[in-house]
Amino acid sequence: MLRYLFHRLWQSAVTLVLASIVVFVGVRALPGDPATAMAGEEADPETIAAVRAELGLDEPLPVQYLTFVRNVLAGDLGESVRTGTPVSEMIGATLPVTVQLAVYAMLIAVLAGMALGVVAAVFRGRWPEWAANGFSLFALSVPTFWLGILAVLYLSVQLGAFPASGYVSPFEHPLRGLYYLTLPALILGLSHAAVVQRQTRASMVETLTADFVRTARAKGLGRGAVIFRYGVRNSLIVVTTIVGLQLGGLIAGAVVTERIFSLPGIGKLTLDSVFTRDYPVIQAVVLVITGAYILINLLVDVLYTVIDPRMRVSGRAR
Amino acid sequence: MTEPLLDVSELEVSFRGTPAVRGASLRLLPGERVAVVGQSGSGKSTTAHAVMGLLPGAGQVTGGVIRWRGEDITHAGESRLRQLRGREIGLVPQDPMSNLNPVARVGTQVAETLVAHGMCTRRQAWRQAVELLGQAGISDPARRARQYPHEFSGGMRQRVLIAIGLACRPDLLIADEPTSALDVTVQRRILDHLERLTDELGTALLLVTHDLGLAADRADRVVVMSEGEVVETGPAREVLTMPREDYTKRLVAAAPSLAGPTRASTGAAEPVLEVTGVSKEYRIRGRGGVLRAVDDVSFTVGRGRTTAIVGESGSGKTTTARMVLGLVPATSGTIRLEGQELVGLRGARLRAARRAMQPVFQDPYASLNPVWTVERIIAEPLSTFAVGDRMSRRTRVVELLEQVALPGALAHRYPNELSGGQRQRVAIARALALGPQLVVCDEAVSALDVLVQDQILELLSSLQAELGLSYLFISHDLAVVRALAHEVLVMRAGRVVEHGPVEQVLSAPADPYTRQLLDAVPGATVFS
Amino acid sequence: MTTTTTPPARIRGRALRKLWHNPMGVAGGVLLLIVLVAGVFAPLLAPYSPAAVHFSTPFQQPGTVGFALGTDDLGRDILSRVLYGTRASLEVGALAVLVSIVLGVPLGLLAGYWRWLDALVSRLADLLLAFPFLIIAVGLAAINGGGLANAAIALGIAQIPTMIRVVRAETLRLKESDFVLAAHTMHAGPWRILGQHILPNALSAIIVQATVIMPAAVLGEAILSFLGLGIQPPEPSLGIMLSDAQQYLFRTPWPGIFPGIALAVICLGFNLFGDALRDALDPKTD
Repeated sequence: MLRYLFHRLWQSAVTLVLASIVVFVGVRALPGDPATAMAGEEADPETIAAVRAELGLDEPLPVQYLTFVRNVLAGDLGESVRTGTPVSEMIGATLPVTVQLAVYAMLIAVLAGMALGVVAAVFRGRWPEWAANGFSLFALSVPTFWLGILAVLYLSVQLGAFPASGYVSPFEHPLRGLYYLTLPALILGLSHAAVVQRQTRASMVETLTADFVRTARAKGLGRGAVIFRYGVRNSLIVVTTIVGLQLGGLIAGAVVTERIFSLPGIGKLTLDSVFTRDYPVIQAVVLVITGAYILINLLVDVLYTVIDPRMRVSGRAR
Repeated sequence: MTEPLLDVSELEVSFRGTPAVRGASLRLLPGERVAVVGQSGSGKSTTAHAVMGLLPGAGQVTGGVIRWRGEDITHAGESRLRQLRGREIGLVPQDPMSNLNPVARVGTQVAETLVAHGMCTRRQAWRQAVELLGQAGISDPARRARQYPHEFSGGMRQRVLIAIGLACRPDLLIADEPTSALDVTVQRRILDHLERLTDELGTALLLVTHDLGLAADRADRVVVMSEGEVVETGPAREVLTMPREDYTKRLVAAAPSLAGPTRASTGAAEPVLEVTGVSKEYRIRGRGGVLRAVDDVSFTVGRGRTTAIVGESGSGKTTTARMVLGLVPATSGTIRLEGQELVGLRGARLRAARRAMQPVFQDPYASLNPVWTVERIIAEPLSTFAVGDRMSRRTRVVELLEQVALPGALAHRYPNELSGGQRQRVAIARALALGPQLVVCDEAVSALDVLVQDQILELLSSLQAELGLSYLFISHDLAVVRALAHEVLVMRAGRVVEHGPVEQVLSAPADPYTRQLLDAVPGATVFS
Repeated sequence: MTTTTTPPARIRGRALRKLWHNPMGVAGGVLLLIVLVAGVFAPLLAPYSPAAVHFSTPFQQPGTVGFALGTDDLGRDILSRVLYGTRASLEVGALAVLVSIVLGVPLGLLAGYWRWLDALVSRLADLLLAFPFLIIAVGLAAINGGGLANAAIALGIAQIPTMIRVVRAETLRLKESDFVLAAHTMHAGPWRILGQHILPNALSAIIVQATVIMPAAVLGEAILSFLGLGIQPPEPSLGIMLSDAQQYLFRTPWPGIFPGIALAVICLGFNLFGDALRDALDPKTD
């Protein structure tokens, strides 16, 4: 098992390095010269050359990359071209909002999705299955950001049931913070709940028709015991994988959700920096997001070895 | 007369209107052993599952009565069935690989049976589970109980399932093909153990099996089923040695046995295939060790003759066949086909050599590409070797279909529209397409029902006589080997333990392992 | 199982018949047909150009003569814009599917067939997975500016890893099958085996995956265009319509309702049809 974990760790490290190279090269491929941008459009060639030398842009690319890595490791992500604020500060301010939103949404998605998946599998061919499947079909087909817009209009503005926008830190005001995040998290979690529901249902149906479940029933175990001890336990493995894979979509969704609900998260930072062509910020944001994705998937794989005993020995069962 | 423990009368079961069991009746007295024998689709397993109320999916009892100690349980409710299952009737299911929950400890799976029936408290359950596992023949049960199913071999898993089936000391144990996935020697040990346990406990046994020999060995009475009906029933030996019904007669005649004449080796034939000192080593990952899957194997296949390799799983027989076919490179040794060395051959020379030998694999469902027509499948070797044009290939396919006794109209069918026997005939036709000298049959009849198996064996011998083919025949089944082979190799753990003419090896084995294999063949005493 | 007495039935033909008997599949098929007709024939069906403004008649209610679904703030005909937007959505979806198939299928086949390539392709897939489609779109938009093609490429690239995963798994499974083993003994080369044995058998899985990618790409396009990273005005897009409508939603909700419904119908059609197709192609549901 340790061998497997080391192997996984090594793989993640390789991916992370590759991702950082992609980000680094990608930013250099962007149109426009950062030195010119910093020195100002009207600056004379000497000034621009001086700025370029100061930024280290006259060095060969591999050297620039190493400098870039060294700076990132030291926590220096550069400064915003637009405001001059250190990028690490900007990310420090926005990342927690997005993490809270994403965790809340994923929690809703997993709980609601698994519950509905279990219901659908247990009541196969009867109305609760139709209802649960109908829900996920709806949630997968309807653009959820559109539902978000409608929810702001009808639930928040007209009914006043939820705040229409804004953010309150749940660490300062726990209840108010949760209250402000609930509607965005519901909207963001909706389509993910549908994915979890489908996977849970499929896995439960497979387990409940498996030979070992018939054997369990032949032992005299009741339906409830079979459903929970066998079905739900086994479907947890599938759901864990899904959570890891869904993160990419969740991040994309968070950007839209933050825009609709005017949340000061990393999504908003991304959009602002894209529209103002604030390259150091774009570079840092992309790096943070890919890094987070790789890290979380590594954690998911570690979690796997806890949930699935088959992984503990060989590390490659599936 | 004692009251029967189980009395099934005129049972009818259907799946979405398609009948699976039609009016089957059987009785079982306390402590009695009854075997239900039949081919696949005969309704034998469905009958057993109906008794426990465990019919899958859309299965429904549509007629008849099931009585348990006189009580009608045909349509018993879930709560009554739950008491019944495990406590009064235990089950040992078919496939030990799929019948244990992969994510729960083995001990837990035994213990939950006890707890479900309130046999003991949760605390005592674990200790008792360990004890039960020990009784089922698992050594070091206290440690093994904490392990997961994937850490057990097939035979050991079956022992766990027996421990579960007998945990609550039921009055009846239903064993549904309990050992058909296991090697013969393991099968024998497990059945012996099962017999002893049920004897000690006075448990009645309902054994569901496709194996006539097994039924004859292990049961007091047999019930022969076919197409959902009971064909014949009576004392085991009587039914299987002097069958009254036509169907049973055919079944008994088709069953390969260890008696009867063998194919005599008349003189030495010129060798088509010569294998000398062949070995295959695999490096074990991470530990730097080496596994010798095949160790210094030598044999020949004479022209127009059959050489069989018998062995249990892990004996290296399939690896040997694959080295001959050039699918797995040999680590050392020589393989000569028609005097041409095959080991290390590449490119055009290997291609030429491959023309002279073709395989027939075990599973007729997996060995034919499902999206191709029969015609395209049979013509595949012709088109890869660019033999003839489209028209000539088409005529060749019709010819080949005729040779394997299939109607030409089948050429435009897809594999999933054929029966198992028909598919295996198609696979044989494909193997014959290039007119090879040698056909390598890897467990070619093992997946087939006994009647079909008999027909395919017949086809193989008549093709051999007609075309002068040589066979390398890989099998785990000594009785099948006896019917077809001239020479036999017995392999164990990668080595040849015995080698000689079939008569000599199977009648007067020199090696104790061969003896053990022969003794383990079910029904040996009944049919010889 | 089909018995030998039935007339020669074809595997995919049988799947189609199963599909035809599934009410969900039929409903999905009908929705898809409507959507496809609307998209393909948008230039013929739309009463106006999607960009044509009618300053005299902004904010018309649905049902107004001449403007069946009403108009927006600039008096543009919503019906025409929805039709053209649907067309754009389908274009992006089809392009994204194409990108993921053209790149994902060969990579999946190679990774499944050759062990030494597997590690390489798997790292590539991991790398791609680490970049959510929005990030890829951000990058592409920053380099080339937004646009339909950019959105489609970003969405297609983001779907490559799942396509690789699906095809690789099928290849691994089929590679070990006896009929491929038999082909080896006939000295069939790797390309012959990949092209004639493995790919045709993996086709079902690829088709099913395409029906999953399609709605995901349609929704993705809407999100990108909504954020200003996808299709650029004045080109019509359902996402842009939603973005525009958000600004005056308090005044009149209709301009924001219809594009949302159109998106839902497109995705519902693909999802229903894809589910039914998956069931029909699954031999276990016989």
